[in-house]
Amino acid sequence: MTFLFYMLSAIMIISALFVVFSKNPVDSVIYLIICFIGMAGQYILLNAQFLAVVHVIVYTGAIMVLFLFVIMLLNLNKEIIVRKSKVTRISAVITGGIFFLVMVAATRQVIEIHPRYPFSGTVGLVSEVGKTLFHEFLLPFEISSVLFISAMIGAVMFGKKDEVKNFK
Amino acid sequence: MKDISSAIQLIPLEHYILLSVALFSIGLMGVLFRRNTIIILMCIELMFNSVNLLVTAFAAYHSDPSGQVFVFFIMIVAAAEVAVGLSILVMMKRNVDSVDINLLNRLKW
Repeated sequence: MTFLFYMLSAIMIISALFVVFSKNPVDSVIYLIICFIGMAGQYILLNAQFLAVVHVIVYTGAIMVLFLFVIMLLNLNKEIIVRKSKVTRISAVITGGIFFLVMVAATRQVIEIHPRYPFSGTVGLVSEVGKTLFHEFLLPFEISSVLFISAMIGAVMFGKKDEVKNFK
Repeated sequence: MKDISSAIQLIPLEHYILLSVALFSIGLMGVLFRRNTIIILMCIELMFNSVNLLVTAFAAYHSDPSGQVFVFFIMIVAAAEVAVGLSILVMMKRNVDSVDINLLNRLKW
């Protein structure tokens, strides 16, 4: 079973690299979808079925379709012409690599982490997560609806054509 | 099913940390690397998701459903953020007729 973890990790990292380096934005979206499906597999391996299903529905279902929709709407599905300068690109790669090295070095130094409680197989199921969500986190859950409606209003306001220009 | 959930006991938590850090640094590199705004937004999504994966791993190792609820809230915020970000992108395309991030360099000052 550990083989599945490492295979999914390799798929995720390789497709994440392709997201950054592919020339066509549509290819980037497809590789990001592959990466997110691998992440849903990781959630299932972690016994978090609820999160796996929500991840597939919200991310690969809604958000990536939204990205594809915007790319098609704005007609961006052509190869890139402009790139950053070579110095900037090399320094971006170096920055990412150094960040990775620093984080790995920092986590190497921590004491070994053990599972604190005896492992419970039911913790990620919909019933358990739902109980926690509606008992302890009911107020944040309701407030998130306010966040959603403000985001929706903001998106509509941004998306509307500028009427101010006509008055000039 | 039992076989799958036993994988969590075999894989050390450090490997999840390594995977999340790798994905996060790839996302960071992409934000610095590309000029296309839509790919920068996608790299931000990648960073979000690496953090989500790490929180889920910690929650599963602690047998605590609160962490998974927290990941659920992060997903909610990310969905709202993507909606606003893509509408900003549409507005940018309409106003400057490009998605090149360098055309917005006056936002730096």
